[in-house]
Amino acid sequence: MVQVMEVPRVDRQAAALIDHTTGIQADQVHAWFDRLHALRGISMSIAERKITAIIGPSGCGKSTFLRCLNRMHELVPGARVSGKVVMDGQDIYTPGVDPVQVRRRVGMVFQKPNPFPTMSIYENVAAGLTLAGEGDRRRRDEVVEQSLRAAALWDEVKDRLHKPGTSLSGGQQQRLCIARALAVSPEVLLMDEPASALDPASTLRIEELARELAKDITIVIVTHNMQQAARVSDFTGFFLDGQLIEFGATNDIFTRPQDRRTEDYITGRFG
Amino acid sequence: MTREAFERDLRRLADDVVQMGRRAGEAIHRAVEALQKRDVALAGQIIAEDDAIDAAHLELEQRCLRLLATQQPMAGDLRAIASVFAITIDLERMADHAEGISRAVKRLGSAPLVKPLVDIPHMEARIQEMLRETLEALRTHDAKRAARAAKMDDVVDELRNRVLHDLLDIMIKDPQTVPRALELLIVARHLERAADHLTNVDERIVYMVTGEMRELNV
Repeated sequence: MVQVMEVPRVDRQAAALIDHTTGIQADQVHAWFDRLHALRGISMSIAERKITAIIGPSGCGKSTFLRCLNRMHELVPGARVSGKVVMDGQDIYTPGVDPVQVRRRVGMVFQKPNPFPTMSIYENVAAGLTLAGEGDRRRRDEVVEQSLRAAALWDEVKDRLHKPGTSLSGGQQQRLCIARALAVSPEVLLMDEPASALDPASTLRIEELARELAKDITIVIVTHNMQQAARVSDFTGFFLDGQLIEFGATNDIFTRPQDRRTEDYITGRFG
Repeated sequence: MTREAFERDLRRLADDVVQMGRRAGEAIHRAVEALQKRDVALAGQIIAEDDAIDAAHLELEQRCLRLLATQQPMAGDLRAIASVFAITIDLERMADHAEGISRAVKRLGSAPLVKPLVDIPHMEARIQEMLRETLEALRTHDAKRAARAAKMDDVVDELRNRVLHDLLDIMIKDPQTVPRALELLIVARHLERAADHLTNVDERIVYMVTGEMRELNV
């Protein structure tokens, strides 16, 4: 007898992640800007060495969530966080944890490329090392080259390392910022709309780069571009009004989302 | 509502594929009618008209491609367009079977049939029923109805087996009948294949509605 099975209403989050190691576990994360309750209890497992995309309409809390993952949210005056963000068994919000150390382990790349304007290409990449007190010139040279190679920029800039970072094109500047983030060997890279200011070819290079980097590090990317999320990520979470509405394997989210609101958002019916 | 033009295109796509299905069903109906009435001229007409169905298929395919390229559909929209893309292929093939039946009618000409036509018109009637249900399932996004429609393929297969056995008996008893009996066998085969294409359409409808891709009626 032929029967049409309903799409099983299983917990896709659990099912999707079953074969993966957790890189970051967010547990009941709430965030406020003064009295504005921007995140309302986000619990989410982020798989290690995979790309997790966060999508949702403007103001849904996706960037705020990203900033909670490396303790940058608290830098905003009046901002507050509660809940747990566990990496390697430790909650990064435990009193006594140094937020600067957290940010070394969890790097970030922003929407607009922001190379340090007075610094050369070399100095931009070496900046984190210099701050961390890496005095050995040869070691710095090595790390700068490795990081620029990892960011797929080395061949384009190796002959002009001492030119200003701002002399590069937008796409190159963004890869420079990625190289700068990679120089301190982070375990996680947060990317907040990393390609939204770039042309299509530069966008695809950043996406390819993200895929390449995900062999070694965990990536969380916030994007407004549905195709980008679909192309680049392994897992996708849909945020709405500060809540995680649906989370699962990217392929499932974009071909057969379970929640009507996810469907409406990704098919362009609102947001 | 932010995508009015897109929604309108999607609705028109669905309407037009249903329309194409009706034309393919009509072609099958008339082909069997040509066989019953021994109407070679009608058979010729059906063969000539198949080009229009082929053109409708290509036009629908192009519209699907354009929507995929320009609207970058996701989720239910993506499934709907991908399904229409696949469904038009099956409907076009179904119409090709009407053409195949018509060619058999032409080859038979006015030669007497080796047996009265009973099971073949029954097969055709079941296919029409299956088509009606399938198109209604497509129109109303009803996966359960599509799955029920696919089930009717079993009846068509059974009827085809009966035709085969009857014709084998006739051919064994009188080898003179073989060329004419084979033509009827070809007709039954075309009808059976037409029902198989409808089963494929039903599978696409189930996918379109539920996101589950699986074989019906295996």
